[in-house]
Parts: sequence; structure tokens; C-alpha cells
Amino acid sequence: MLTIGLGHYLTVGAILFVLGVFGIFMNRKNVIVILMSVELILLSVNMNLVGFSAALDDLTGQIFAMFILTVAAAEAAIGLAILVIYFRNRGTIEVEDISALKG
Amino acid sequence: MIVALSFYLFATILIASATMVVTSRNPVHSVLYLILAFFNAAALFLIAGAEFLAMILIIVYVGAVMVLFLFVIMMLDIDFAQLREGFQRYAPFGAVVGGILFFELLFVLGAWQFSTDAADLRLSPTPPGTTNTEAIGRVLYTDYIYLFQLSGLILLVAMIGAIVLTLREGQNSRAQSVEAQLARLGRVENLNPALGQGVATADILRRRPPEPPPPARIEREGHH
Repeated sequence: MLTIGLGHYLTVGAILFVLGVFGIFMNRKNVIVILMSVELILLSVNMNLVGFSAALDDLTGQIFAMFILTVAAAEAAIGLAILVIYFRNRGTIEVEDISALKG
Repeated sequence: MIVALSFYLFATILIASATMVVTSRNPVHSVLYLILAFFNAAALFLIAGAEFLAMILIIVYVGAVMVLFLFVIMMLDIDFAQLREGFQRYAPFGAVVGGILFFELLFVLGAWQFSTDAADLRLSPTPPGTTNTEAIGRVLYTDYIYLFQLSGLILLVAMIGAIVLTLREGQNSRAQSVEAQLARLGRVENLNPALGQGVATADILRRRPPEPPPPARIEREGHH
């Protein structure tokens, strides 16, 4: 209990992941909070990778976590840009209105 | 001992602030709680020995991405009360899905163990006597150089994409409008005056026809 091992990091990562998924369900209308929930999920993935990297003394996990950070930053920038132009067109960001393409 | 206590402290604050991110009423508060969550996650990374990632998380994530979120939320004039309507309706469903997911993850965590030759399967163990940053640099710029360049390319594409998506051409722009220029009719005539006569006698020097109204501005993008 008093030595921090891999299990602690995996538990924290699992709780964060579940909270992110829960946030996506809870805030069905608000795209901004959905984007933040995606950030939480990516943070939990990073937590797992860092935990394994520390437990195995293997740097590959940390390198992968860095690439995940890069892609998450790009995703946030593009997502927010799409959000801005969507708000300019429609005057709202309700997710349920985003059905113009009828996918 | 002190490490374990600080781990539990940071993990508790991290989970509490992550809960506040998804449940708080005001998205500005959500972003601020997310910043707190990232700081605590960086502390957990520090405890795990991943110092470079912890610093990257604070500098890049809190310093750039979260500030971007904050800018967008404060720039858009959004009626947040209206966006909260479905909250009660979806909460039980989300709780059920989240609970199932969590127990599945716990089962995976309980039933799983390392392979016996995991130590031999490591790709890049930390060289002895190097700091975390130095070791990452040694691996990142050699073994993973192509992935590193590719992530730079992804960032470039994201930057250009964000600019292209949100750029509004100013109405005062002096840029050449090729369509309007080509659409002008009757303004250019080719004449063939005799040599040495001067333009006045050849009746070339005429008054210009009256200005037609300028053509309507041509929309180039559909998303203004």
C-alpha cells in the first residue's frame, strides 16, 4: 500500500478514462466539454503509458506519450477551429443540431 | 512513505478535479479544473520519474492548449444554460456505461500479469547514469527520428488547417480579384492608328464610357 507501483498508476488511469467517457455522455450538447473529456481520456492513456514505462524501465512508453501529446494538441486546435466556424454559421454549438450532413 | 503520501494526495486531487471538469455548470470552470488536473497529472509523472513529460505537459498543455480552450470559450457568446438541458436525462445512462467500463478495466487489471521475459523485450531501457531528458533525447532523435518528423508534420498540417478554417478575408483587402477583373467588358479596345499622326487627329482620344456599377464581391469560401 505504501509503495507506489504499476497498479496505482493503472487505477488512476482507469478512473480518469471512465470519467472522460462519463463526461461525453453527460454533456451531450456541449461540444467544448466533450473536447475536454477527450483530453481527459488522452491523459489517462498517457498515465498508463508512463506507468508501464516506469515499471519496465523502458523509455518507449514515454516517447509514445509525447507523440500522443502532439496529436492531442493538433486535434484540439482543429476541433476548436471547427467549433469557431460552426458557431459563426449557426450561432449555437449544440451537438444535436450538427446534422446538416445527415450522416 | 512521503512518496506514497504525495502520490495519494495528487491522485485524489486529480480525480476530484477531473470529476469537476465533467460536472461543473460553467465551461470556464471546467477548463480551470482541467488545468488543475493537468498539474496534478504532471506531479504523478514526476513521481514516476518521467520528468521531461511532466514539464511538457505543463508547458505545452497548460500553457498552450488549455489557454486556447479558454480563449475560444470566452470569445464565443454561448448560452450555456440552454446547453445544460439534457444533463439529467443522460446522467444515469452515462453512469451505467462508465460503471461497466470501470469494472471491466478492474477485471483486466486483476487478471493481468507481466510476461516472464518482459525484461528482455524492452525496446529502449534507460542507459545507466543518464537523466530522463538526456535518455529521451538519445532515443527520440535516433530510433524514432521518422516518427518525430512526422509529428512535426502533423502539427504543421493542424496549424495550416486551423488558419484556413478560421481566416476571414477582410473587406478592406487590396488583394487582386481576378474574377472581377476578367468580367470587365468593353473597357479595352485594340486600335490601329496610322504612324506619325498623333492620337488627337485619329480620334482615338475619346471619353471613357460611364462606369458600370462594380460587380458584387465574389464569395470564395462557403463558410463565412
